[in-house]
Amino acid sequence: MPLHAQYLTRNKHKNGKIKKTSNRSPVTMADRPVPVVEKRLMDVKLGELGTWLGGRDFTPNGIIQAIRRGHDRYYNKYINVKKGGIGGVAMLLAGYVAISYLWEYDHIKHDRWRKYH
Amino acid sequence: MTLSLFDQFMSPTLLGIPLMALALTLPWILFFKPGNRWSSSRFSALVAQFLKWFTKEIFQPMSLGGHKWALILTSLVLFLITLNMLGLLPYTFTPTTQLSMNMAFAVPLWLATVIIGMRNQPNLSLAHMLPEGTPALLIPILIVIETISLFIRPLALGVRLTANLTAGHLLIQLIATAAYVLMSIMPVVAILTSVLLFLLTLLEVAVAMIQAYVFVLLLSLYLQENV
Repeated sequence: MPLHAQYLTRNKHKNGKIKKTSNRSPVTMADRPVPVVEKRLMDVKLGELGTWLGGRDFTPNGIIQAIRRGHDRYYNKYINVKKGGIGGVAMLLAGYVAISYLWEYDHIKHDRWRKYH
Repeated sequence: MTLSLFDQFMSPTLLGIPLMALALTLPWILFFKPGNRWSSSRFSALVAQFLKWFTKEIFQPMSLGGHKWALILTSLVLFLITLNMLGLLPYTFTPTTQLSMNMAFAVPLWLATVIIGMRNQPNLSLAHMLPEGTPALLIPILIVIETISLFIRPLALGVRLTANLTAGHLLIQLIATAAYVLMSIMPVVAILTSVLLFLLTLLEVAVAMIQAYVFVLLLSLYLQENV
C-alpha cells in the first residue's frame, strides 16, 4: 500500500465505523485545519484575534525573526526581480523620510510655530 | 526654548530611542544580501558594479599584504556613502555629522595601519619620518614635523568628514531659510536664492560621495606605506 494513500481519501467517522468517501475528491492541503496561531494576519477571523495575539512570539528573538520575514517578503516582491525599477527602493526611502518626520516632530514643531526665525 | 542653527544635528529621541539608531540601521536594510543567482536583480548588479570599480581603484596599487583589508575598506565606503547620501533627504539625520562617530572610524583604522607597519617592518616605517634628500641641518626639525603629521592624521580624517558634511547641511539650511523668508518680501530675490539652493544641493550630493571616497582612499594610502 503506497505511503500516501491516506492523503488520497477522506475517511468519515460515523457511529464508530469508518466510511470511505469517494476517490474522486482527494484531500488537498487546503482542507487541513491550521492552528490559529500560525495563520497569517489577513486570514485570522476577528473572533480569533485575541487567541492569535496571545500565541505570537513576542520574545526579542521572535521579533527579530518576524522583522526578517517581513524584510525578505518585501525584498523578494519588489527588489529581487529581474526588471526591478526605482520603485522598490523609493518606497523604502519614502517610508524612511516619513518615519524620520514622525520621530522629529516634537523637535520640529517649534520651528513652524516660531514667529521670527 | 532657544533654537539655534545647529539644532538639526541633535539626534531627537522618540520613546527614548535616538533617531541615530534608525539612521545607522538603514544602510544595513537598504543593501540586500546577494541571492542564489549569478545576477540577482538590477539593484544588486548596480551595487556590484560600484564595488568592483572601487576595489580595483584602491587595491591595484597595493601589495598583497594589504589585500586582507579589502572587506573592511569596501564595506566602510559603502556605509559612508549611503549615510552621506541618505542625509540629504528631508527630515533625515546624518550620523556622519557627529565628530564622535567619524573619530571612531578614523582612529582605530589609522592606528591599525601604524601598528602593522611598526610590527612588520619597523625600520621602514620609522624611516618614513625623514624624507629622502633632506639637507643635514633640517633633519631634527623635519623629524619633529613628520611625527606631528603622523599623529594628526586620524584627527584630520575625522574632522574632514565631519566638517564637510556639517558645513554643507548648515549652508543648505541657511539658504533655504533665506529663500523662504524672502518669498513674501522680494520674490525675485527668492527665486535667485532658490536657484542657488538647487546648485548647492547638487554640490552636496557630490561632496557626500567624494568625502566618503577620500576617507577610505587616504586610509588605503596609509596602509600602503605600512604594509
